[in-house]
Amino acid sequence: MRGLSLNTAGLLAAAIISVLALVVIPQVAPFYILLQITLYFSFAILALSLAFIWGFGGVFSFGQAAFFGLGGYTYAILSINMGSSTVPLIVAIVLPTVFALLLGYLMFYGRLSSVYLAVITLVVTLIFHKFLGHTAGFEYRIGNAHLGGYNGIPAIPPINVPGDVTKFAFPEDMFYIAGVALVIVYFGLRWLLSSHFGRTLIGIRENEERAELLGYDVRLYKMIAFGIAGAIAALGGVMFTNWNSFIDPHVFDLGMSAQIIIWVVVGGLSTLIGPIIGAFALGILALELGTQQTIDVNLILGAILIIVVLFVPEGFVPTIKRMCIWLAESRGWLRSRLDSSDLEEKQGRDG
Amino acid sequence: MDLAAITIIQVINLIASLALLSIGLAVIFGMMRVINLAHGEFLMLGAYAVLVPTQAGVPLWISMFIIAPLFVGIVGVIIERLIIRHLYGRMMDTLLATWGLSLLIVGAMTMIFGNTMEGISTPFGSFTIGSLADSQYKFFTIGITAVVLLVAYIVLKFTRFGLIARATMQNSDQASVLGVSPPAVYTLTFGIGAALAGLAGAILAPISGVLPTMGAAYIAKAFITVIGGGEAILTGTAAASVFFGAINQTTTFFTSSVVGEVALLVAAIILLRLLPQGITGRFFRRGL
Repeated sequence: MRGLSLNTAGLLAAAIISVLALVVIPQVAPFYILLQITLYFSFAILALSLAFIWGFGGVFSFGQAAFFGLGGYTYAILSINMGSSTVPLIVAIVLPTVFALLLGYLMFYGRLSSVYLAVITLVVTLIFHKFLGHTAGFEYRIGNAHLGGYNGIPAIPPINVPGDVTKFAFPEDMFYIAGVALVIVYFGLRWLLSSHFGRTLIGIRENEERAELLGYDVRLYKMIAFGIAGAIAALGGVMFTNWNSFIDPHVFDLGMSAQIIIWVVVGGLSTLIGPIIGAFALGILALELGTQQTIDVNLILGAILIIVVLFVPEGFVPTIKRMCIWLAESRGWLRSRLDSSDLEEKQGRDG
Repeated sequence: MDLAAITIIQVINLIASLALLSIGLAVIFGMMRVINLAHGEFLMLGAYAVLVPTQAGVPLWISMFIIAPLFVGIVGVIIERLIIRHLYGRMMDTLLATWGLSLLIVGAMTMIFGNTMEGISTPFGSFTIGSLADSQYKFFTIGITAVVLLVAYIVLKFTRFGLIARATMQNSDQASVLGVSPPAVYTLTFGIGAALAGLAGAILAPISGVLPTMGAAYIAKAFITVIGGGEAILTGTAAASVFFGAINQTTTFFTSSVVGEVALLVAAIILLRLLPQGITGRFFRRGL
């Protein structure tokens, strides 16, 4: 239950950090770093979508990349056709959500086991990859938008102020838009997880049978959670597409799905802050590794994943947190340093 | 008429390839409940284990039937000892670890061989039916698949090792009381699964071309075949291969190969909605 209970100190810290980050970074960081951080913001949103459905819903999904890409593609196609970004923005989130609900219906009402779920979501992602990769022909166009196969869709219009196409977001503005989106998703998820729905969801993760016997419709809860995760991933996809003003089928490939999982696993499953940190840390790492030629990026990412699964199975944030507490306990500073969530947890365990 | 004959051969060939590339995974997943996401990379290693010796002058058949399975089998044993062993019973962690392994192997092979496609010339020539020609290698693939399935069946059903392996998978405590060493059986089973994947990769190499990232193209197909097959590994794999292969090739015949693959994947999702236990959860229940 770590990180769950609305602990005021942590919430306040998160709020202060996010406001500071959004205000201070643009003043001090050069433009190219700002761009890079904007990208990590969209990745962090994507990481949160998996953190939510996997860490708190207990549903392992390979398919967050599918909703991410679907959101991006929907936004691209509609904004090219419509010029203005308001309607595309809404549809680009609604459509993947509906798709996630439908897929969730097929999977949860079919009562597939978690492993089959993983494989089905993987297969769906690969279907998108395969299909969109082969849309290079001239017949694959939706209105003015050319799907373009592996060449992707270039020149996607940026977000604009609703109703005024001339006031559109410059890359600097995207930093704020994506940053605020991430903050909203983060606090929105914290709120959701402390609500009745969130608590029920965690109850289901802990013991599905018990929740069912208590009268909760497990299938419905999981389906809705899957839909919410799809919506979050789609939002990340829209931010990514705006950042890039370009999208291609690579968003659906295995590497993308792998990255999301690695962010969450390394950062720490069943936390929200861990996956955000994971997305940033591994994003920076991938960027650094990309600048040299000797060692392949995949090799490093794969090695990290194996090592984390074998030696740090909880991920870094929970492990470091536990080590801090252990250290504090052994030195006798525990009382003063213990925050309320840990106290609650301790009491819960003792009681 | 000629077209019909050629089409039937192509359908059977596709079914055989599906079964061939899934059988190694079926052994590892079906018997050990280990989700091996590095299966595609085992196939890829098998393909390289044919390519490199062949380029060095070793006869194709030796590298295909001896070097490739042996090499990948040894790799499998090493991986089981180093990684999989520590994760038994933690299905999700095994999945993640083998996923990491898959990335690691792709990365390592890309560093060694570069990200370029290399080919092995397809042996045999072509045959003609009426005015239409096709590769004789298709008959070879079909024949090998039949032999592999048959041998696997005989080994599992009639040999002492098969009996011990099945017993260990069903109840490892009981088996260990009776003097079997479950860890050794697990290692060997994983190695055999890997060797079968290596053999499959070797046989597919001349058709598909050899590339470090080639595994990704097969992993989804192999998984849905095994999962679609269900509990009984051999019967299930064979039945699912027939079902998916027929759908894929028929759709391909009427539309394009991409639509064919998409149809296969969609069919898999629908099948699992209707038969969550796979084909052998409902039919051929007594199969092996």
